[in-house]
Amino acid sequence: MPTSSSSLPELKNRGAEVLAGEVTLTVALAGQPNVGKSTVFNLLTGLSQHVGNWPGKTVEQKTGVYRFNGTTIHLVDLPGTYSLTANSAEEVIARDYIIQQRPDVVVVLVNAASLERNLYLVAEIVPLPTKVVVGLNMVDVAAHEGMNIEPQVLEAALGVPVVPMVASKNRGVQQLIETVDQLARGEIPYQPSIPEIRADHRQVLDGIHRLVADCVPELYPSEWIALKLLEGDDEITTLMREQCLPADRWEQIHEILMAHEDAVLAIASGRYDWVGRMIRAAVTRPRAGQITFTERLDRWATHPLWGLLILATILGIVFWLTFAIGTPLQELLDIYVVGNLAAVATNWLAAAPAWLQSLVVDGAIAGAGTVITFLPILVIFFAVLALLEDMGYMARAAYVMDRFMHLMGLHGKSFLPLFLGFGCNVPAVMGSRIIDSRRARLLTILLAPLVPCAARMAVIVFIAPIFFGRAATFVAWGLIAVTLVVLATVGVLINKWILKGERAAFIMELPLYHRPNLRTIGIQVWQNSAEFLKKAGSLILVMSVVIWALSTLPQGDIHTSYLASVGKALAPLGALMGLDWEMMVALLSSVVAKENSIATLGILFGSAEGGGLEASLAGVLTPAAALAFLVVQMLFIPCIATVAAIRQETKSWGWTAFSVVLSLLLSLTGGILTYQLVTALG
Amino acid sequence: MSKNGMNLSAVPIGESVQIRTLKGGHHYLSRLASLGFTPGAKLKVVQNYGHGPIIVTLRDTRVALGRGEASKILVDRLE
Repeated sequence: MPTSSSSLPELKNRGAEVLAGEVTLTVALAGQPNVGKSTVFNLLTGLSQHVGNWPGKTVEQKTGVYRFNGTTIHLVDLPGTYSLTANSAEEVIARDYIIQQRPDVVVVLVNAASLERNLYLVAEIVPLPTKVVVGLNMVDVAAHEGMNIEPQVLEAALGVPVVPMVASKNRGVQQLIETVDQLARGEIPYQPSIPEIRADHRQVLDGIHRLVADCVPELYPSEWIALKLLEGDDEITTLMREQCLPADRWEQIHEILMAHEDAVLAIASGRYDWVGRMIRAAVTRPRAGQITFTERLDRWATHPLWGLLILATILGIVFWLTFAIGTPLQELLDIYVVGNLAAVATNWLAAAPAWLQSLVVDGAIAGAGTVITFLPILVIFFAVLALLEDMGYMARAAYVMDRFMHLMGLHGKSFLPLFLGFGCNVPAVMGSRIIDSRRARLLTILLAPLVPCAARMAVIVFIAPIFFGRAATFVAWGLIAVTLVVLATVGVLINKWILKGERAAFIMELPLYHRPNLRTIGIQVWQNSAEFLKKAGSLILVMSVVIWALSTLPQGDIHTSYLASVGKALAPLGALMGLDWEMMVALLSSVVAKENSIATLGILFGSAEGGGLEASLAGVLTPAAALAFLVVQMLFIPCIATVAAIRQETKSWGWTAFSVVLSLLLSLTGGILTYQLVTALG
Repeated sequence: MSKNGMNLSAVPIGESVQIRTLKGGHHYLSRLASLGFTPGAKLKVVQNYGHGPIIVTLRDTRVALGRGEASKILVDRLE
């Protein structure tokens, strides 16, 4: 496969005549979800793709360059959407791009195995001012499902080039590019058949068209504007009312629209009538009535009981993998990479002042260590998420969990990221990107830090036995239960008071199961990890150094440090929970990493050895205070890595601060309540 | 075809029906339409346990939808 780098020498060999004829094309890749769009995009651009954001939006934008026969193609991956109505940011982005940026060609990828619904998007794109090529992907799956599609007939009916392909096996992709190139050069005739509105609304549409025809903004086709107005499209309605139409003209249109509120269905029906004509022409054998693999598997995977058991088994395997592979790898990285790095730096800086040595070793390298040791677990979680999504299982997991997540105003899709939080909150926050609705995604991100992660469990496992002996297990389970109740309550409250608005309707495609594409998964894992290292990594590094400074300055001793001063200043607050300043400092240090609170206590009580610390703790804390400490620890400010991930995913310091303040308030309230209640009850 | 429409949420497993009307606002209707739910569309209920979301197949697609969503879709029995 020629990529940007490998085709360069070829270009040089061909000499001047190729360079003279060189063309640069902009090609947008559109398609509904589950059509293999990322597979095609990855095949063409490989690792040379650029991942950014759409201007002014939090939606990911991928672009890449593909060179072919002297043609340079700038590929833009449009968000996967079922339609082009202004229902979501993704849909607005896709159509604004096509209308305003006018790519030379739009490739609409369709899934041959669900051709009827997929052609709906084609019906929405062909009326736009662009040339379209239809990539008829997964023809092998369609054949397997018993469908027979004739691409040439479909092409003739659509009036648009159709290229059959199997992107997962790299078949037809080259053909697709050649067709795009020929179409852009005008070597292929282009006369698309355009869908029409259902007959009973044709006159209404014509009426609106006459009223808007001379007032549409530049670049926008007037027929399309009229159609979108009739469809009740919010964005276009606002645009026309506020910027384009004179008031009296708007009044006239508004009156027509009010009388035809059901037009949205007439328009959609018109598109499906058009689709139906294409299908009747090109599909010579429709899907047979046989029971397919997907149907058989779904009898189990979406069953109210078996579905839950299957999900539980998969999650069990994920955690087993994390602890069997991730944790040992984490330790190895910590010993060999971070340890050696620290040793080398210590050696190097032997002659440097002690503070500099400490800054580099205890601040910077320790911070970098946090980032590096997070990687194995993140890679495992990213890989599992990508694998389940690519195989088509993710929608089933969402389906069986929907009933439970419903209570918090969330979809089933929020379940998996939140559940991953039991291992580590960072992938929970980053995993939230599989959720389509922005509101549900934000709510999931805000709830993720309340899931008790493995590091917090480690602190409980250390402290609970000191105070509660045999009851420690119950205390641990109780703490988890309390945390989850807090999580659910916070979810309900945020949903009701802060992130108001309708829970998006639960309508979700259940894609056909298929064999996972390792290349797609690999690229996704690579991109997610790289992004974590780049964005969250640098933030973690900076924050680690800041915390190091607070715990070391001004005299190089934590007992007299700024952090200790803060802890002492917080002593009155701590007193409400029966905690003295050392315990407050331990809590503060847990912000670097949750398990740090134990290490900090070890330093503060001067007894890093396990037994000694246990004895000292038993001496300074009452059981009520210990319980309060654990409650605070469970709900306290998320660790630096989680905060960095929240910032990265929400792209908002406001929501990041909200999350930190929320957990601070929750934890302190929880701690004070626990201590006072337990003390009062004796 | 029966004269009385019924809620999609009340259709038992294995039965095929045709959509008569859809209730709801613009947003909801256009989301439903983009996944294939329009008046006249034929669909088959694949899963419906009387509680929780249901699964239907229509226009070559399996779609899961919440019980609340399904109860806004009025259908007629086929056959």
